[in-house]
Amino acid sequence: MSYLPGNVNRVSQSEVLVRARGLTKRFGEFTAVDGIDFDLYRGEAFGFLGPNGAGKSSTMRMIGCVSPPTSGELTILGADPVRDGSAIRARLGVVPQEDTLDVELTVVENLLVYGRYFGLPRRVIRERTAALLEFVQLADRAGDKVDPLSGGLKRRLTIARSLINEPEILILDEPTTGLDPQARHVVWDRLFRLKQRGVTLILTTHYMDEAEQLCDRLVVMDHGTFAAEGSPRDLIARYCSPEVLELRFGPELHELAADKLKDFSSERTEVLADRILLYVTDGDAALAAVRSTGLEPLTSLVRRGTLEDVFLHLTGRRLED
Amino acid sequence: MAAVAAPASWPSSWLSVRALRCWLTVYRRIWRSSIWSSVLGPLFYLGAMGLGLGTLVDKHGTAGLGGVSYLAFVAPAILASGAMNTAMGEASYPVFGSVKWNKIYVAAQASPLRPGDIFRGHLMFMTMRITMNAALVTVYMWALGATRSAWVLLAWPAATLTGLAFAAPIAAWAVTARSENSFAYVFRFGMMPLMLFSGTFFPLSQLPDWLRLLAYVTPLWHGVNLCRMLSLGQVDLPVALANVAYLTALAATGIWAGARTYRRRLYV
Repeated sequence: MSYLPGNVNRVSQSEVLVRARGLTKRFGEFTAVDGIDFDLYRGEAFGFLGPNGAGKSSTMRMIGCVSPPTSGELTILGADPVRDGSAIRARLGVVPQEDTLDVELTVVENLLVYGRYFGLPRRVIRERTAALLEFVQLADRAGDKVDPLSGGLKRRLTIARSLINEPEILILDEPTTGLDPQARHVVWDRLFRLKQRGVTLILTTHYMDEAEQLCDRLVVMDHGTFAAEGSPRDLIARYCSPEVLELRFGPELHELAADKLKDFSSERTEVLADRILLYVTDGDAALAAVRSTGLEPLTSLVRRGTLEDVFLHLTGRRLED
Repeated sequence: MAAVAAPASWPSSWLSVRALRCWLTVYRRIWRSSIWSSVLGPLFYLGAMGLGLGTLVDKHGTAGLGGVSYLAFVAPAILASGAMNTAMGEASYPVFGSVKWNKIYVAAQASPLRPGDIFRGHLMFMTMRITMNAALVTVYMWALGATRSAWVLLAWPAATLTGLAFAAPIAAWAVTARSENSFAYVFRFGMMPLMLFSGTFFPLSQLPDWLRLLAYVTPLWHGVNLCRMLSLGQVDLPVALANVAYLTALAATGIWAGARTYRRRLYV
């Protein structure tokens, strides 16, 4: 597999591929993206984490040069996306949120059509198609029609298609939304390999595990702005206690328990619709202390802090709400 | 910072051809499903109207038709209105579907293709389909003895121009449609009256004055008139030039508008 992306020269981390300052996108009265600043470096995997409607997809579309910014500054690969969109897109790969495969064509034909959009000669497309289908483990389905393929296989084909032009930056908008757990792991594995080959990944997700697995750096996005940014580990350390105690009391006792435990944790307590989360240093000790007050939870769970907790802390909402 | 190596602006015609090639690949896969309506449709029309109805009409004298058989009168109109029908079919649902259903445009816009390239590439494909169908009808006309002149060879490009004059503005509009229901209205209240009152099945002289004047403004009349003059070998040059100019202006307006509506629709 000589050709796959990754043969791009590995340049030092300081090379900025995407730079945004005060980047804003409005749709009429509605502000989808509200003056965000960021720099994306070559070779990193950068994530936009946030709930639906946070402005992630709008940001992705602006980076993908298919949505002109309303105001602010955006530079991609050193060029202006409005003026040089065509030339920039020649060096990007895009995996959109919804598959845009042509289901009437075969797997190979989808790659052929797409390769031609980039002006690649048929011979080059053929070589790359073979390598890419191998890479996403679809080689045995090359001649099949796309329509009957499962969601996971379609996603992998979309990823293969997005790599046909050997992009320097791969933009993935919710790459595993709607996939079953096994299919998601295959996609993550392939994306991880791409990253190892030096492809810069920009992805949006509302799955905290996806962000934790793939992203070197991420921003938590809410209402069009960044609530926080850093590596997953930094963010957890900064905004979350080492351990989280999850308690369920059942509908009858939920409110009573919530009231009693309101100020229990020295750090923080979150009351969700069905659970109470205590942010603590030592989960087992906290559970013992809760029991000593006479409250007996139906279930209890001690776990590490995650990005989900970070998000809850920063926005007061859960990611998948 | 990395500089963009590729030229800032690709020659547009070249990028449009890339979009066209996508449609050709798709067409290679689905042509069988359109073959019956393309091949048999016009044959049925020519048979039923020209030969069936024609026999009846010809019995009563054809002075009102300019002294030619009804078949010779109606065949070029079937050619021109067929081009309009092909244009409508290719420029309505497929354009709308490329945004909403199979998302061919959405996939293409992530590549170097710009909205204008996507539009013009698709329009090239529509023109190809129009010209294919028009060629077939022209051959039928010749085979059935419905033509009176070798000028009929020019009726073929004339029909293609007629189709383009419909396809370009319709595609420019269809890409902006929010729902496919709008197309049914256009078919019912746009195409049907045009089919009936553009001098297709009977001469415009049969219409009251005000309706005749209205017909002169509609694009299909210009297409029908042009094709008929060529097929019958009775070319009135100034009128023919006026017909060509009208159809060209309509096509040009559509091509100009499409680049803008596609950009507005795809670059939100």
